[in-house]
Amino acid sequence: MDLLNGPWRRELGHLPWSVVLLVCALAGIGLTVLYSAAGGSLNPWALKQGVRFAILLVGALALAMVPPERWLALAWPIYLTLLVALVGVELAGAVRGGSQRWLDIGIMQFQPSEMMKLAIVLVLARYYQYVPKGYESRPDVLIPALALIAMPVGLVMLQPDLGTALSILFGGVVVLFLAGVRLWLFGAATAAVAAMLPVAWSMLHDYQRKRVLIFLDPESDPRGAGYHITQSKIAIGSGGLSGKGFLGGTQSHLDYLPELHTDFAFATMAEEWGLMGGLLVMILYGLVLAWGIRTAINARSQFQRLLALGLTATWFFYLAINMMMVMGLAPVVGIPLPLISWGGSAMMTVMILFGLIMGIARANRPRFD
Amino acid sequence: MDDPVRRMAFSRRALLLGAGMAGTGALLAGRMAWLAVFEGERYQLRAQENRIQDRLIPPRRGWIVDRNGKPIALNRPDYRLELRPAEVDDLDAALIAIRSVIDIDVGEEQRIRDDCASQPSFMPVVVRQNLTWPEFSACNVRLATLPGVTPVQSFSRFYPEADRFAHLVGYVGAPTPEQYREEKNPLLIYPGFRIGKDGIERFEDKRLRGQAGSAQVEMTARGELVRELGTQPDRPGDTLRLTINRDLQNYAARRLGDNSASVIVMDCITGDVLCMVSMPAYDPNIFSRRVPATLWNALQKDDHTPLLNKSAMGLYPPGSTFKMVTTLAALKAGIDPAESVGCSGKYRLGNNTWHCHARRGHGTVDMARALPLSCDTYFYAMGRRVGIDAIADMARRLGLGQEYPLPLPGQADGIVPDKAWKQRRFGPDPRKGNWREGETLNAAIGQGYIITNPLQLAVMTARLASGKAVMPRLIGEGSPAEFPSLGIPEWHLELVRQGMVDVVNARHGTARAARSPVGDVLFAGKTGTAQVRRISAAERRTGVIRNEALPWKQRDHALFVAFAPAGAPRYACSVILEHGIAGGRYAAPIARDVLSFLFEPERALAILPPIEAEAARARAAREVRETADSIATETRAMMPSWLKLDIKPPLFEIADPDAPQPPREPE
Repeated sequence: MDLLNGPWRRELGHLPWSVVLLVCALAGIGLTVLYSAAGGSLNPWALKQGVRFAILLVGALALAMVPPERWLALAWPIYLTLLVALVGVELAGAVRGGSQRWLDIGIMQFQPSEMMKLAIVLVLARYYQYVPKGYESRPDVLIPALALIAMPVGLVMLQPDLGTALSILFGGVVVLFLAGVRLWLFGAATAAVAAMLPVAWSMLHDYQRKRVLIFLDPESDPRGAGYHITQSKIAIGSGGLSGKGFLGGTQSHLDYLPELHTDFAFATMAEEWGLMGGLLVMILYGLVLAWGIRTAINARSQFQRLLALGLTATWFFYLAINMMMVMGLAPVVGIPLPLISWGGSAMMTVMILFGLIMGIARANRPRFD
Repeated sequence: MDDPVRRMAFSRRALLLGAGMAGTGALLAGRMAWLAVFEGERYQLRAQENRIQDRLIPPRRGWIVDRNGKPIALNRPDYRLELRPAEVDDLDAALIAIRSVIDIDVGEEQRIRDDCASQPSFMPVVVRQNLTWPEFSACNVRLATLPGVTPVQSFSRFYPEADRFAHLVGYVGAPTPEQYREEKNPLLIYPGFRIGKDGIERFEDKRLRGQAGSAQVEMTARGELVRELGTQPDRPGDTLRLTINRDLQNYAARRLGDNSASVIVMDCITGDVLCMVSMPAYDPNIFSRRVPATLWNALQKDDHTPLLNKSAMGLYPPGSTFKMVTTLAALKAGIDPAESVGCSGKYRLGNNTWHCHARRGHGTVDMARALPLSCDTYFYAMGRRVGIDAIADMARRLGLGQEYPLPLPGQADGIVPDKAWKQRRFGPDPRKGNWREGETLNAAIGQGYIITNPLQLAVMTARLASGKAVMPRLIGEGSPAEFPSLGIPEWHLELVRQGMVDVVNARHGTARAARSPVGDVLFAGKTGTAQVRRISAAERRTGVIRNEALPWKQRDHALFVAFAPAGAPRYACSVILEHGIAGGRYAAPIARDVLSFLFEPERALAILPPIEAEAARARAAREVRETADSIATETRAMMPSWLKLDIKPPLFEIADPDAPQPPREPE
């Protein structure tokens, strides 16, 4: 309640508005892409997405008002609640059969695994806040931290949702890295994973294996499962330097490009705006990321630093995997491009993430007074 | 509380992470630039290929018309439903869906399944042909979303005269898989596209086929048409004008009735073939679609060989129709036409006796009487005097033993034997390769080795009648060629022509049945009766069995060649009735009627009804017999749509070529 009573009007003025502008620009590009993907129509995507973005932006600004210390206190409850929810999803899913990712909590459908991407960073930042310097790599410190990562990753893998599981894993590992866990441990872990690959391969679902195989050689099945990657590369490649012009994309408008408004929205955009459009989007994203890194470095406590950069890295993970996928550098995993792809769930995650980082930036802004 | 050492450590790691991000960003930017700039052209091409499809517009096949422009082969709109096995995932489901729109009976369904299994999968299978308009539109509405099933509107070939032109014009059919693999022309696998399979349709296919057009269309990934980008119209095939007279051909076919026969009528001056009938025949309308296996088997088994074009591929000993050649050879050798030979019905050579068809002989026969009487003895004597090489030379000069440049597949060239030929054929063993005098005797009356086809006999007659080296032609385009003279003195030819006039018109002629019914036009001709079988010594002792009493297969062939009008020859004609018993009695009246149709069609048509009634009776009897035979082997299977006739001309057993001619029935 201190928020409403506090000097929020003044605090609002301390927000990094230039970055808000950047995010709005990215969302604006996203809306244009969705408008074009619908064949030059606000329906069914662009209008809804715009409204959703406006609401979530207000939400993110509100979140930015929350002092970072409050998150420090809430870290454990949030993490544990989501963990319980993940177990709940697993149980409900077992009842209904098949892959179960959603939890119906009455007013809206809720995807705990999506929130877990943020919560894992939050809880590990909280965990390492109180670990003294030099103790980070000790087994009695490291093993609980690894357990914190392993539990949600394991539960999400069971759903099964490889993309989200990897995303959670990445977020957790990045925080460990930033917290100062010794580098040789990462090297050893990488080697161990490489050694485990054959075992993991045998545990993958058929459709997951197929995705990986087709990623390795998309032309092997251009009509079937390799179709996505092949068509996406054609869309990006045929865009050329300056693209086919707004509403001029043939791959997207004639339905050759699948999932043109969700996972492959970047390809839809690149076809019409070309290399220049693609680079513009990349630069805008890069600026946001740079701001995130700077915020983390300038933050005044280990918790805030870890939280800010962990979240920035999670955001980066989204971007990198999605773009690599549409350009044929990564297998097809269902990860949308934040702010551009259609979809409320991913956008909500990203906007919460953005709100949290803004809060840290606000709390640590340089004081000239 | 904030430890500066920890802070420094964090900053180091943060910068490391930031560098990693920047590196990934650079990788992505580089990859995108690679795709869009360096490989851009390749991907632009692939995007075009995705989006733009070339749709073939099949050309309409050219018509075939007769010399007066009356259609012989034309195109009719046709609606049908087709299925492409390559694009159908689940045949059962597709058939159930189709059955809900049009009914397919069990046999049809079996046929479709068989076709799907036996044909290469890129070739379409016809589900149903000749859909009515309501059925077709129902298919269009309700089967539009079924992959691999397409209602097709096209034109199908139609032959209004059906079997009467079957051998001449041929029929169309689907290209064979081999043809497609060779030519790689996408038109060849266009559903329902047909190419010529036989006859003129096959020979002139390139001209009749025309040129396909194409429409460039923009398509969505689901195959929906977005818009047409441009169309290059098709060029229909050329109309092909034949020299044939459709009415004459029809008349001749009807006049032949149920006989296994061939009739050819030629213009003696231009070489135009006016009529070229070979009966019985098959219905090219059925052959252009699919031939039921039962019909195919019946056609193949039929002893009247309906699949064989007897006019061009049939081979028969010319018999007495060859005697004009011997006469001309004798005249050329300087034999006096007035010189006579005494015919006692027998001619002795060595220890053997050659018989004349008149058992008691013709008495004294000179050249003028030899042709009308068809006296074998006279020709034995003359042939022996001039020798085989002179006869063969004259035969070749009259057009025998050669193929003509006509658009007909499988023309038989026959045999005109001479000494060199025999050496080639049977040598080098001198005992086998040497020509024997007995063989000359047989050749002089058109028996023995000599074998011709009906077209050659018509050309021979045309050359005799005109004195020019007439060549036949079937395509009526351009002005007719000027033919060089045969180089035979006119008075020789005049003598032969007069002989042929007497054959028909003189009291002692063998073909009085062929006298012209037309007032001021005289016909001239020559009969021939060619032996098919060997008459055994035992038979000869018991006396010759009358031809009519023999089984059909063993009866003699009946031949007749004619020209008209006798004074100024215009039309030449040859008629061959397989196993027709006697040229004078059976072949000559047919030639008479066909020729008279050219002068007085009404009179000629008037005699048809009884003949057709008789033929219908005979045909019905045969059909009853055949269906009774085929019930046991009934099958609904169809022959493949690319069925091609590959009929070899039948081989005739040549009776011992120097065996003496036995006594025969008079012609």
